[in-house]
Amino acid sequence: MGTLSPGAAAPQDSELDLGGLLRESHALEVIEALDRELVGLAPVKTRIQEIAALLVVDRARAQLGIAGDQPPSLHMCFTGNPGTGKTTVALRMAEILHRLGYVRKGHLVSVTRDDLVGQYIGHTAPKTREVIKKAMGGVLFIDEAYYLYKPENERDYGQESIEILLQVMENNRDDLVVILAGYKDRMDTFFRSNPGMSSRIAHHIDFPDYTPEELFAIARIMLERMQYKLSDAAAGALREYIALRRARAHFANARSIRNALDRARLRQAKRLFAGQAAGVSRDALMTIEAEDIRASRLFREESAGGDA
Amino acid sequence: MMNNHGKRITQGQFSFLPDLTDAQISAQIEFALARGYAVNVEYTDDPHPRNTYWEMFGMPMFDLKDPAGILMEINNCRKTFPNHYVRVTAFDSTRGWETPRMSFIVNRPANEPGFGLVRSEGPGRSMTYTVSSYAAQRPEGERY
Repeated sequence: MGTLSPGAAAPQDSELDLGGLLRESHALEVIEALDRELVGLAPVKTRIQEIAALLVVDRARAQLGIAGDQPPSLHMCFTGNPGTGKTTVALRMAEILHRLGYVRKGHLVSVTRDDLVGQYIGHTAPKTREVIKKAMGGVLFIDEAYYLYKPENERDYGQESIEILLQVMENNRDDLVVILAGYKDRMDTFFRSNPGMSSRIAHHIDFPDYTPEELFAIARIMLERMQYKLSDAAAGALREYIALRRARAHFANARSIRNALDRARLRQAKRLFAGQAAGVSRDALMTIEAEDIRASRLFREESAGGDA
Repeated sequence: MMNNHGKRITQGQFSFLPDLTDAQISAQIEFALARGYAVNVEYTDDPHPRNTYWEMFGMPMFDLKDPAGILMEINNCRKTFPNHYVRVTAFDSTRGWETPRMSFIVNRPANEPGFGLVRSEGPGRSMTYTVSSYAAQRPEGERY
């Protein structure tokens, strides 16, 4: 305690209202929006609430003058299959951290290997530094971070980029938060070969795959945002489609669903054109019918005996 | 512009004030970034007022949101050239301006000898005057 000026600090035994602090930061609104707008992802949501709670407690401790010498490390790693919402959550995370006062600006700079690693000797360091400077005051989101390290090529410049990142993650903790993202197994390999990176990341968050029910709910939300609706038969067809699609290779969760919906919109437009003699009602323009979904290649292959 | 007030050259903004602290520099850069200027770090060891084009320290920094990155570059430059002049310029690319809108010195040599007046006699006993920096009489890199 020692050097606290009498006016500035609360007395040692005063009580702080944690809930009040959280409300004051307006972070709760973002967390609630996250809960409302993102389907499923229960472990991710719990973890984000834990992190927010930690940050609020830390803030409260600082107000009472019991802050430790180290601010909490906020670098994170998001692992999960494609289309599980890693980028979306990272965007919200930036917003939450900004509201809680842990990053000054709260913007998200999303990069991949190409933006960090140069093409010739001496190109990588300035390139990485430029990206880091852009991300300062916000969150640096490195998608498919395992590409940074290529063990099969010992002269790969990715290693240089990793070293600069490590240095910044350690020395400029209050300037930026780094979030790495990628597939679980490949990130594990990446961390095994870069133990320094692993130990500097406090929060490893795993994004589970969506269940069919969650995927259907996501499709509903997407359609609502695009101002479309499903007929009852189409809803049934979509459920069947989701079940079939999940079993296929290259299934990318929500992203596959979005693509499927985009294709259904295409077929709907074609169908409306084909039957245009009758004229088109507002309702017809908004409704996706079962045939728009059933025209998918998946159903045809299914009936042909499943040989893809 | 070219006098040596208190043995300090006075070029750009704030040059009659005591040196800016890092916090003050950050606040100025914050202002520049808020207006969308591209901020640049430059250095030189030729303090002549007509020396407009200083060496660039790295690339101009576009699309930054926070002054921390620029302050990091300034400190790098100070470390590399502790006895040079270092300035920060902010370039406005708005059509019609397309020019540096801010420029201020963030690092100066410990000792600034200033300028001497040079007279040269022209035809018909006319006199022309110019200034010459004492420091710039030595070769580049050995001036301060």
